[in-house]
Amino acid sequence: MIAMVAIGLCAGVVAGVLGVGGGVLFVPGLAIVVGLSQHQAEATSLLAIVPVAAAGTLRQDAHGNVRREHALLIGLLSIVGVAVGVALANTLSGTVLRVGFALLMMFIAIQLVRNASSAGRETGPRHDGASRGN
Amino acid sequence: MPRDRSPRLTSATALRLAAIGSCAGLFSGLFGVGGGTVIVPLLVLWLGYGPREASGTSLAAIVFIAGFAAAIQGVYGNVNVLDAILIGIPAVGGVLIGIRLQQRLPTRAISLLFAGVLIASAIELLAQ
Repeated sequence: MIAMVAIGLCAGVVAGVLGVGGGVLFVPGLAIVVGLSQHQAEATSLLAIVPVAAAGTLRQDAHGNVRREHALLIGLLSIVGVAVGVALANTLSGTVLRVGFALLMMFIAIQLVRNASSAGRETGPRHDGASRGN
Repeated sequence: MPRDRSPRLTSATALRLAAIGSCAGLFSGLFGVGGGTVIVPLLVLWLGYGPREASGTSLAAIVFIAGFAAAIQGVYGNVNVLDAILIGIPAVGGVLIGIRLQQRLPTRAISLLFAGVLIASAIELLAQ
């Protein structure tokens, strides 16, 4: 139980810093530490993400970082993709899901490193942070 | 950058948002993540978002995406509600801490930190 609280806290910090729902850590945490099957870990992660993302949204909105119209459109237009994704997950084996998950993470990590090395030097972090009046 | 100075929604933008929503929804349903790993980089690459706006807008979209996906997974009987509460509630505290940190961190460090987390997760899963 303490491990779960620790996973939750860590995943939340990552979610807040990076703008993700925490699933990146919930899924491996639930699968490896708690011992859920890959399917259960994924499904449970999704439910845990909802309050995290909601709290994060409220705070980010206070900082002026939420474009509401865009967020609403992305969210509502996701429903077909979501239904297909869940149905697909439930037809695949846990091993296939795990390997796919790992590959997805690596692909996105490489993209982010590439973006950071090209765009990162444009913004002065101190200036940017101060101008937001946080 | 003030919040409400975004230009009118063009059809090209709407199409991109629909594509982002569909991709994120597919990944969310398939992998049990919110979809932020898809949304954040695509908002940056396709719509010119800064990292903080991308993060904030992504979180708001994820509330819907993860909510839809959890509901459908619930129908399949895969959701462990007690575990979700035990992890989700402490995570709410964590996310508030994380957002405070984000406002003070350079954007480049945020992206590199994200990449590090993703690679660590991937290695963990492959080693299982």
